[in-house]
Amino acid sequence: MLSTRAVRRWQWVHTWSSLVCTVFMLLLCLTGLPLIFHHEIGHLLGTEIEAAEMPADTPRASLDEVMRLALQRYPGKQGMFVSQEEDDDRVWYVTLCERPDSNDNLKQVAVDARSGQALGDPPLDSGFMYVMRSLHIDLFAGLPGMLFLGAMGVLLLVALVSGTVLYAPFMRKLRFGEVRRDRSPRVKWLDLHNLLGIVTLVWFTVVGATGVINAWADLLVKYWQATEVAQMVAPYQGQPPLQQPGSLQAAVSAARALAPDMKVAFVAFPGTGFSSPHHYGVFLRGTDAVSARLLKPVLVDAATGQVTDSRELPWYLTALLISQPLHFGDYGGRPMQILWAVLDIITIVVLASGLYLWVVRRRQAPAPDAKLSMQAGEAAR
Amino acid sequence: MRRHLWRLPILLGSLTAVGLLSGLLGDGAWDAVAWLGLGVPVAAGLWYGLRR
Repeated sequence: MLSTRAVRRWQWVHTWSSLVCTVFMLLLCLTGLPLIFHHEIGHLLGTEIEAAEMPADTPRASLDEVMRLALQRYPGKQGMFVSQEEDDDRVWYVTLCERPDSNDNLKQVAVDARSGQALGDPPLDSGFMYVMRSLHIDLFAGLPGMLFLGAMGVLLLVALVSGTVLYAPFMRKLRFGEVRRDRSPRVKWLDLHNLLGIVTLVWFTVVGATGVINAWADLLVKYWQATEVAQMVAPYQGQPPLQQPGSLQAAVSAARALAPDMKVAFVAFPGTGFSSPHHYGVFLRGTDAVSARLLKPVLVDAATGQVTDSRELPWYLTALLISQPLHFGDYGGRPMQILWAVLDIITIVVLASGLYLWVVRRRQAPAPDAKLSMQAGEAAR
Repeated sequence: MRRHLWRLPILLGSLTAVGLLSGLLGDGAWDAVAWLGLGVPVAAGLWYGLRR
């Protein structure tokens, strides 16, 4: 059992780690809620790209045709990425840029993969979901914003550990789930905080930890580009720059011939961070529950359409990709989304009640922490 | 400390963990296990939290 002194220390840790991060965690929970249902919300807002049903064996349009059409819509731009969603191979999302190494002024065109008809221009930097996503990922502050939220996530994990340690001294005299509603609001909310905190503990820890991992995503990708990608494209160092990339369809076909049972996740055009100035970077994914989350990079010479290298992703990117569904909750169908949302709302109650308990305690006599920390236990006698 | 203070928290935490992993590993029955694993702790929280 913890000594009074130890309880006081843990309580100090719990109070301050959570106080610092609570406002941001509330923001993340509130903005995360619509993100769980981003497809459904896009559907309601009419911003979701919808492709018509066609027989499964309808022939596919050539990717070169898809590109030609996308470029026609935005003259002066060039290809940056072409991607497909995991569960919908009827649409190609073509991202266009001014220069492949810059994220400014990006445009996107959705093209039907069968008919080669344009389906719409998904806005990349406006709209409700864009605001939610930006607040959730980086507070509109780019990499520093991501890392800041990641640091807040670390504090959250400290708060979860210290909160778990404190669960025992606070619950010593109570049955599981007991909420003393006949006492002061403070006692009632303390009990609710403990109850809801302990039932969501594992979920909140997993979502928090995978969120922290995600905050490092950009840096992990940069490290991978500086090490493995640099090695893969080293033989092309010093070659004159490519005037015009060759056939995209040829590059994708070559990559798929290497792994016929895989699907295209995205293709990076020459000059982006996911390729080289001389290569298309074709990123394939598997088709079963686990492998669909992982990516296999294939580098294809953009002039000749020949595969020049393909490697497995390093462990840290594999870990990142595997951790993502555990953060998004997008892997178990609609019931999982609903559970994710309910857990998210319960978490908001835990955060808000924690904040309330702190405010109430401060308003009461500024007595030593130890006395107050045991008050809850005593009150149950 | 009462010995069974941690019994239900550990049970609910384990269910959550099994649920989270099960959904990752496969579809169909795996997903059903995931719904159950996450659903029981949620139900427990709502039951004890909302009852009068």
